[in-house]
Amino acid sequence: MAIVGKTSSSRSFRVSRNMLTALMVLFILYSFAPIVYVLLSSTKSNADLFTTFGFWFGNSFALWDNLQLVFAYQNSIFSTWLWNSFVYSTTIAVGAALLSTWAAYAFSKYEFRGKKAIFATVLGAVMIPQTALVVPLFLLVTSMGLVNTPWAFILPSMVSPFGVYLMKSYIDESVPSELIDAARVDGASEFRIFWSIAFRLMAPGFSTVVLLNFVWSWNNYFLPLVVLSSSNTLPVTVGLAQWYKLGGGAGGAILYSIVLTGAVVSIVPVVILFLFMQRYWLGGLTTGSVKA
Amino acid sequence: MTDISARPLRPARRRSSKWAQKLAPYFFLAPFLALFIVFLVVPLFYALQLSFFRETMVGGIRFVGLDNYGKALTDQKFWDGVLLLLRYGLFQLPVMLGAALLLALILDSGMLWARAFFRLGLFLPYAVPTVIAALIWGYLYGPSFGPMTQVADYFGLPRPDLFNAQTMLYAIANISIWEHVGYFMIIYFAALQAIPADFEEAAVVSGARAWQYVIYVKLPLIRGTILVTVIFATIGALQLFAEPYLLEALAPAVITSSYTPNIYAYNLAFVNQDYNYSAAISFVLGAVVAVVSYVFQLVSTRREGK
Repeated sequence: MAIVGKTSSSRSFRVSRNMLTALMVLFILYSFAPIVYVLLSSTKSNADLFTTFGFWFGNSFALWDNLQLVFAYQNSIFSTWLWNSFVYSTTIAVGAALLSTWAAYAFSKYEFRGKKAIFATVLGAVMIPQTALVVPLFLLVTSMGLVNTPWAFILPSMVSPFGVYLMKSYIDESVPSELIDAARVDGASEFRIFWSIAFRLMAPGFSTVVLLNFVWSWNNYFLPLVVLSSSNTLPVTVGLAQWYKLGGGAGGAILYSIVLTGAVVSIVPVVILFLFMQRYWLGGLTTGSVKA
Repeated sequence: MTDISARPLRPARRRSSKWAQKLAPYFFLAPFLALFIVFLVVPLFYALQLSFFRETMVGGIRFVGLDNYGKALTDQKFWDGVLLLLRYGLFQLPVMLGAALLLALILDSGMLWARAFFRLGLFLPYAVPTVIAALIWGYLYGPSFGPMTQVADYFGLPRPDLFNAQTMLYAIANISIWEHVGYFMIIYFAALQAIPADFEEAAVVSGARAWQYVIYVKLPLIRGTILVTVIFATIGALQLFAEPYLLEALAPAVITSSYTPNIYAYNLAFVNQDYNYSAAISFVLGAVVAVVSYVFQLVSTRREGK
């Protein structure tokens, strides 16, 4: 879509296009600078960090040494953190997506008592700031004996009202009720209809919710910070932040390289997911807000 | 209907499937609802209950009614945090959402080289976890080997001090803007793309200029989306925690234990072990969020009615 009154051949169009592209390049530089910086820094020795310019390579290429340092520091706890993040995020993503999809399917394709009230409550919960719940959640998981176990982070994170909302709009559009009725006439059970007919049709939406929840849990900090305390249960965000805070004080300069390189390692999985699954991200993030 | 009578088994099966149809939604809903109640509804009411009690050295836990809220209302530390959030929000929200809208309008204008690249590139920071973003920017700002200091030193300029009481707020806002501007851009862009092309043709015919088309046609059409993003961004801003919590390592004198209400609530609970007062603070903050969202919605529906 071109801007009103300008055709692509006119001179003013070309001038505007170049100016706007230049403006976008400035924003792109802003977007990329921290990422470029952390990538470059992960290739530097600790000495080079202080003596060479931040936005260029150092005198030595120390990426492999740094990686070894990161994975060896404190009895190789970093690989445990990465693994924890992976296990937590995968479990949360699949669990949250399944729960949301089932619930959304019930809201979308069935009539039952209290449907409107329950759906309104779930929607309202999207507005509740998660942080208001963290302290009571901590006390709750403590009284359940779950504190400092993976479940203290996983179970509360599986509740995704936004996922329900997203899946409901997706199912409304992609699963025709006539198809379900036809399957009923053929004698298929309700669960069979869900798994062998409806679920296939909603698979793209389901993938979106899995992806979004994976990234949100990978990036989550506040909840795991509060409910997990022993070092070998931490996800990588909390662990790395701990090292960072150590390095800020008297922890020693050696931590700079370790934290910078650890930061690179911990964003690689999400960035890869983000680049390769663009279509799902973009679809999911925009569904809810554009319609509202 | 004749084919049903042709198959005698059908009516019986139909009756059982009617029952299945009645029960099935509860089965589908049960797992979500169970966790929703246990991990969202219960904590909410638990927090409310907690906030009505106080733990004392001698008397144990006792009911104090609204005392904790009364204490919060006169708590200078809490209100300093609220004031800080207000200053933060008044800067961060307009800059972030304004930039996001501008970027989306440029993307949508079709007057751009390599549009797909820009869309993806500007969204990339959203994939970076907040804590990681905060620590990377912490290094970038850093006085010891941050590039900003290096550039200043190279040109013989005074080193930028991003960690004093005045500048810290903007240093934090910048991290959050960097992370989220692409996210809001994507949302605006999708809304802009949904505007039918007929509108533009009509604007061309009536001789509208580009900026007039944007202000009088495009922006009013995506008003609903803008409203939603303002609410989401406000909720996000009120919960400010990770960025200042991380930067505290660099500027412990500026980022106090009550820098934002959220940090205050965290420290009250997990440093002071004062869960009751912490719950009250969280609840006041949550109530503010609810009121803000409600007022935004009210204002918007009122305007729509006119």
